Amino acid sequence: MSDPKIEGFELKPGFKGMAEDTASDQTMFKGVHWGKAMMWIFLLSDTFVFSCFLISYMKGRASTPVEWPNPSEVFALNAFGVPVPLLLIAIMTFVLITSSGTMALAVKYGYEKNKKMCGWLVLATAIGGLTFVGMQVFEWSKLIHEGVRPWENPFGAAQFGSFFFMITGFHGFHVSIGVIFLFIYAYKVFAGHYESGKKGWFTKLKGDYVEIEILGLYWHFVDLVWVFIFAFFYLW
Amino acid sequence: MSEEYDNNKTSYQAQSSEVLGGASGTTPSDMDYVRPAEIPEQELYHAHSFIEKWVFCQDAKVIGVQYFLTAVFTGVVGLILSWLMRLQLGFPGLAGFMTAEHYYQFVTMHGMIMVVYFLTALFLGGFGNYLIPLMVGARDMVFPYVNMLSFWMFFVAVAVLMASFFVPGGPTGSGWTLYPPQAILEGTPGSGAGILLMLISLSLFVIGFTMGGLNYLITVLQARTRGMTLMRLPLTIWGIFTATVLAMLAFPALLVSSIMMTLDKVLGTSFFMPTIIKAGEVLEYGGGSPILFQHLFWFFGHPEVYIVALPAFGIVSDLISVHARKNIFGYRMMVWAIVGIGALSFFVWAHHMYVSGMNPWFGFFFATTTLIIAVPTAMKVYNWILTLWRGNIRINTVMLWCLGFIVTFVNGGITGIFLGNVSVDVPLSDTYFVVAHFHMVMGIAPLMVIMGAIYHWFPLVAGRMLDEKLGKWHFWATFLGAYSIYFPMHYLGFIGVPRRYFEMYDSPYMTSGVGLNEFISLAAFLVGAAQFILIYNIIKTLKTGKPAGKNPWQANSLEWFTSTVPPEHGNFGDRLPVVHRWAYDYSVPGAKEDFIPQTTPPSEVANTEVEKT
Repeated sequence: MSDPKIEGFELKPGFKGMAEDTASDQTMFKGVHWGKAMMWIFLLSDTFVFSCFLISYMKGRASTPVEWPNPSEVFALNAFGVPVPLLLIAIMTFVLITSSGTMALAVKYGYEKNKKMCGWLVLATAIGGLTFVGMQVFEWSKLIHEGVRPWENPFGAAQFGSFFFMITGFHGFHVSIGVIFLFIYAYKVFAGHYESGKKGWFTKLKGDYVEIEILGLYWHFVDLVWVFIFAFFYLW
Repeated sequence: MSEEYDNNKTSYQAQSSEVLGGASGTTPSDMDYVRPAEIPEQELYHAHSFIEKWVFCQDAKVIGVQYFLTAVFTGVVGLILSWLMRLQLGFPGLAGFMTAEHYYQFVTMHGMIMVVYFLTALFLGGFGNYLIPLMVGARDMVFPYVNMLSFWMFFVAVAVLMASFFVPGGPTGSGWTLYPPQAILEGTPGSGAGILLMLISLSLFVIGFTMGGLNYLITVLQARTRGMTLMRLPLTIWGIFTATVLAMLAFPALLVSSIMMTLDKVLGTSFFMPTIIKAGEVLEYGGGSPILFQHLFWFFGHPEVYIVALPAFGIVSDLISVHARKNIFGYRMMVWAIVGIGALSFFVWAHHMYVSGMNPWFGFFFATTTLIIAVPTAMKVYNWILTLWRGNIRINTVMLWCLGFIVTFVNGGITGIFLGNVSVDVPLSDTYFVVAHFHMVMGIAPLMVIMGAIYHWFPLVAGRMLDEKLGKWHFWATFLGAYSIYFPMHYLGFIGVPRRYFEMYDSPYMTSGVGLNEFISLAAFLVGAAQFILIYNIIKTLKTGKPAGKNPWQANSLEWFTSTVPPEHGNFGDRLPVVHRWAYDYSVPGAKEDFIPQTTPPSEVANTEVEKT
C-alpha cells in the first residue's frame, strides 16, 4: 500500500533500487509482510500447475485423431428460444471479475480500518464466488445431461470432456477454497479479530488486516486463471 | 578443545554487549555499524506438552529431525529392496520367492523411494529445516505452523507409499518413471491399487513439499538477521534455496501428471492412453498421448536431479572450506554457478527421451543445453579443488567424505557427457551404463555429502562427537564398495547388458558378465551393511560419546553460535546475532586465530588482511 519507511535504509526507485534492496541485509522485499511474500511465491508455483494443465490440453487437443467439438455450439444456452453462444460463460466471467473488484475495495477499506465496509465487501466477494461456483455446477450438470463424460463425448473427441471437467474442476476447487476462506475472513472482520489481536484457531498467532490483502492476491489470481481458461477453452 | 570453547564464549558475549551499546547510541562505532532491525521480533508458539514438543512440533529443528528420521526409514526400505534385486541378479534363483513381477516392483519402489522420499526429503526437509533458520540467523521458520503441516503431509505420503506393499497385487512395477500406457494396464504388476497409491502418495508429497518450500524461501529472503546479506550466506543456504526454487517450479508438472494419470486409471479418461489393441481386442482407451506424460514427467524429473544435487554442492562447499581451513575459492562464482545450473536444468529435460521417437532436431537442441550445464558444474569442481589447494587440510571423516564426493561426482559427470550426446546415448540407452551413471552422480555423490554432513553437524544436533575410527571404517567400506558396484556396471553397459531385466538366462552377454554380476552383488551387500556402522556409531555416541562443546570444528557460520548446544527453541537466546562478514574467513593473515566468526565486528580484526564482504 503506502511506501514503507525503513530505518537506516533509503528506498530508491527503478532498477537501481531493486539492486540495492537485493544486496541489502535482512529482507529482499523491503517492508513486505512474510505472508504476502509467501502468497506471491505460492501463486508462482500454482501458475506452473495451471500452465501444465493448459499446455497438456493444447497437446491433447492437437494429438487426438477425432475432431474437436465447436465450443460455441456446445456451450450455447437457449435464451428466449434462441441459442446464444457462451451466454452462461459470459455471465460467469462477469460475476467473477466483479468479485475481484469488490475484493480490491475490501483491501482498501481494510487498510483504512473501516471494519464495516471491509466486512461487507469481503462478504460480497464470497457471495460472488459462490454464485460462480453455483453457475459452474449448473453448466456441468447441463453438459452431463447432454451426455458429456470425462471418458466420452457425443460431440466429438473424448478428450474434450476429459480436459473440460479436469481443468474447470481444478479451477472450481480453487474458487471453492477461496469462498470458504472469504466467509471465514468476513466473520473475522465483523467480529473485530484484526483489531483486538485475537489469536487464530490453528496457528495461535495474532491476525492483521494484511490477511485480507493476502486472500485478495489469491482471489485475483483465481480470477486471472479463469481468463486464461476462458480464452483457451471457450474462445479457441 | 575446551580452552578454545571458553575463548569463543567470552568473545561472543563481548560482542553482543558491544552491539547493545552501539544500538542504544552510547558508543557508536562507525566501523561496526549495522543498521537497526527492520523486522519485528518473531512471535513464537512454545510447546506446552509432550505431543506439542515432539510430535506436532512447530520448531523447525525438531521438524528437521522428524524429516530426517522418516527419510532415513524410507531409505533403509530402499536399501533392502536393492539388496533383494542384487540377490536376484547375482545369484538367480537363490531367493525362492522372487518372481519377475516382484523384481519389477522392487526396481520401481527402490527408484521412487530413493529419489523422492529419501534424497529430496532428506536434503530439503531434513537439512533445510534444521540449518536454514540457524544459518541465516532467524528464530525459526517464518510459518512454523505450516512447516509442521508440511512434515505431517510428507509422513502421510510415506505411509500411503508403504501401504502399497500390502494391497492386493502389491506396489506398482512399472519402473520408477511410471510410463503410461503400461503403468495402468493389466499385466503390469501392481496396476490396480499399487499404481493408484503411488500417484496419491506423490500428490501428497508435492502438497506437503510446497508448504515446506514456501517456508524455506521466505525465511531466506525475508527473515535474515542484521548484517546478513544474500552474498554473505553460507553456500549451504544458497544450494538449498535454489533447489527449493527448482522444486516449487518443477513439482507442479509431477502433480499435474499424477492427477491426469489417476483420472486415466480411475475414470477411464485417455489423457495418456493411445488406441490399444490387446489380444485382438480394442481397449476402451484412445486418442491420448503417452509422450505427453514423458514430457511432463521429465520436466519434473530433470530439475529433480538438481534438487538433490544443488544442496549437496552447497553443503560440500562449506564442509571443504571448514575442514581445509581456507576460504571457499570464488564464492561469487560458486553462487552464480548454483543459480545458473538451476536455471539451465529447466531446459534439458528431453535428454531423457532421445529414444522416445521425438523429432531429432529436438534432440540436437537438448544435447546442446545439456552439455552447456557442464560449464558451471566444472567451475564448481575446480573451485573445490582450488579451495583444497594449499589449505591446512584436516583429514578427518568429514573431509574424507568430501574428497570421496569430488572424485565420485567427476566420475559420474564424465559419463554424463557420454549420455548427453544423442549419437552416443542411443546405443547406451537402457543399459547398465545408464544405471552406473546416475547412481554415481545422483546416488553415491549426494550420499557422500549427506554422510559428511552427518559427521559435521551431529555435534550440533546431539551435542556429542561421532566416533572418528568407526567413521573412517564406514567411509572406506562405502567408498571402495560403491566403486566395486558401479565401475563394473559401466563395462556391463558397454557390452550391452540391458537394465531392468529380471534374469539374463543364456544371453550372449553373460559369458563375461556372470562373474561380474556376482561380484557386484557381493559388493552391494557389503556397502549396504556398512551403513549400519553409522547407525551403531550414532547409538553409541548418544550414550557414551565425547561431549562436543561449542563450535568443535572452529567454524564461522551462525549455527555454531547458538545460546545452547544443541540449540533450544528460538535458537539464539535473548538477542539475535549481528553479522559482519561472510562465513569463510579462515586462516586470515594477521588474525589471532585461524577463523573469524561471522559475528566478529571489523574493529576487532582491524589489523588483519580480512576480505571485504
